[in-house]
Amino acid sequence: MTNTESTDVLIVGSGFGGAIAAYHLAAGGARVTVLERGPWLEADDFDHDFLLGSSYTRIFDFVVGDGMSLLGGNCVGGGSVVYFAAMPRAPRFVFDRQGSIGRRMWPAAIDRDVLDPWYDRVVEALPITQQDWNDVTYAGGLFAAACEHAGRTANPVPAAIDRAKCTNCNWMMSGCRFDAKRSLLLNYLPAALAHGAEIRPLHEVQHLARTDDGGYRVHYNVIDDTDYRVHVGSGTIDAKIVVLAAGAGATPVILQRSEATLGTMPHAVGRYFSGNGERLNTAVVNEDRARDLLGLKRADGRAFRANQIGKGPVVASWDNLDGSLPEHSRFSLEQLYFPPGFGTILAQVPDATGPSWFGVEKKELVRQWQSWLTVFTMVEDDNEGVFGPPPPTGNAARISQQMLGRGTISYRPTANTLRGWAESDAVVKDILERDGLARVMPWTNDLVGAYTVHPLASCRIGDDPQTSALDDRQELRNHPGIFVTDGSAVPGALTVNPALTISALAERAIPGIVRAAQERGVDVRYGAPSPDGGTSGRRGVQAQLPGLMRR
Amino acid sequence: MGSPTPDGNEYRTMTLEAFADTIVPGEKRSPDDRAVAGASTGGGAVQAGAIELLETPATGLSNSLDDYQQALNRHASAYADEHGLPLDDSVPPFVALPFADRTSLVQALTGTGHQERELWVLLALFANMAFDTAAHLHTADALAAGHPGLTTMGFMQPGDDGLWRFPEYSYGKQLADPHPGTTSSGSPE
Repeated sequence: MTNTESTDVLIVGSGFGGAIAAYHLAAGGARVTVLERGPWLEADDFDHDFLLGSSYTRIFDFVVGDGMSLLGGNCVGGGSVVYFAAMPRAPRFVFDRQGSIGRRMWPAAIDRDVLDPWYDRVVEALPITQQDWNDVTYAGGLFAAACEHAGRTANPVPAAIDRAKCTNCNWMMSGCRFDAKRSLLLNYLPAALAHGAEIRPLHEVQHLARTDDGGYRVHYNVIDDTDYRVHVGSGTIDAKIVVLAAGAGATPVILQRSEATLGTMPHAVGRYFSGNGERLNTAVVNEDRARDLLGLKRADGRAFRANQIGKGPVVASWDNLDGSLPEHSRFSLEQLYFPPGFGTILAQVPDATGPSWFGVEKKELVRQWQSWLTVFTMVEDDNEGVFGPPPPTGNAARISQQMLGRGTISYRPTANTLRGWAESDAVVKDILERDGLARVMPWTNDLVGAYTVHPLASCRIGDDPQTSALDDRQELRNHPGIFVTDGSAVPGALTVNPALTISALAERAIPGIVRAAQERGVDVRYGAPSPDGGTSGRRGVQAQLPGLMRR
Repeated sequence: MGSPTPDGNEYRTMTLEAFADTIVPGEKRSPDDRAVAGASTGGGAVQAGAIELLETPATGLSNSLDDYQQALNRHASAYADEHGLPLDDSVPPFVALPFADRTSLVQALTGTGHQERELWVLLALFANMAFDTAAHLHTADALAAGHPGLTTMGFMQPGDDGLWRFPEYSYGKQLADPHPGTTSSGSPE
């Protein structure tokens, strides 16, 4: 390609951070181009199939690092297409976390009260609904009953799921065939397209450079639609504003690679990565005990044997989300489902006499797969992750045609993180092994390191320029006109699923992006309604706009 | 001397089968099966199609299988030397190892201190996926054909259109008290 195209706002990535920005800026009148490294699939393309090359390998990415593996979306709609749609707000104490820096990690301008109206905007847009006990799957019900038996509480989790359309097929990581999961393909993205935004799939941004007029030139490769290791083209687009929303595993890598052309990056780019303190335990439930102890009985008389049935996490236990507890001792527990493959290989045999994750005893564990109950833990980790020098292209050296790659992150859990995991493992064990209900073991961290489905904080907001890459309006320090709106902006672990917080922050960043675009001569206004035309969310944030649109 | 040495392709296949069988063990396919040790009942990773999966270009490993074979047999020979184990040279060294020793060697190769750990973990991941997901087959076809892994796990059959739906999914009753700090929107305070 010889001609450089131009646009007003170039958005890198089409997950929560990218889609929200694309909608508001296009609706406000800007020319918007979205470059998405993954393919563009819709409901009919989402397969119920583990065959390599079906939707789950096309739209999902698994990047193995040194001590940490990242799982995330790789498609138009990003994480929203592959995630489990659990959408709680972050508890109040999270905003006062200090982590390892000896001061509040979050900007002074943001706390739960400030963010609540932005949460409301997202809740209206997707929408997110509370689930009740009739929505709770067998696995969620079992976890709830076990919590109750252990003297704990348990809540149905708010979710972006249309209950009337959901079939409880548990293929959510392959994309929702039934459009029951309210991914961005159903709200922000079609609304952005209706306002003229352009989305280009299989366009992977490599680096940014400056243009003579103070804007940015964005360099991308075009990716083969089957073998993602192959590049079939390349090009550039000039933009007045760049919004990076490639995900916490990719945004810092693009900026690292851009350092040669843009100049020095803030110290926190590619540092302070958080895996959201994530951890998994797999229990093998004693079916007789589940019936006798918890009184659980399905219509066909079985107590459980329903690992395969459901819609990801539906029940959480929040008793340890207590702001009076010390940092790293606060966590939530959530019942979860992972499909086989990733969801089986790391599970360990309780009291194994031989290897715990493979071999004869592991096969016996797998025979009981339908009686497995997986519990997801989110503790406060210590922002230990650091990205090494960027790979030649993308954010990983791709190993397989799709899905699997080797990334540059290294993560060495500190004593704080290890303590959080140990304390939460002990609670999971207490709940599930009480009175012989189940046997439980955490997943091994020895194969692919720790792992996260919620990478965060690798390019984070804050007030301290030494420990944050972005100011409190999510603009990259010393590089005006570049904004970051994905999970990398979140300062640290949230103790709950982060998608709603990422989205609320992205919503809150929009007025500042609009203001910056205006200053660069773009005819754009803030004030679009919800993608479906609703206006209550917009009314709720009105009072905060003057501060966010200040010069 | 034992029977003639297997030719190159068979040699590689036997070696990789023995590795896959160490990850997910199965019963012998025939009384004279050497690659599959017979450490477990029912099919294991080999019967599940591990070699077919590893030879699929999509994995990114298919061009590395000769290297894997050579490295694994080199490690097996060294292991045998170290432990004073005589090896039957009619089969590849890793195949000649008893199951317990295959297991010990794979534990060492995938252990946190081994410098080739990532390579062996990767091979183990795909061997496991052949059993747990039948990633070389359409899942519905694999189930219809009685795939040993999915069948062992009790993975349920899809509907006639090849899609899974579970109309019965809930106990349909409240099973715990919600946290007292739950907000009106259903989130933690």
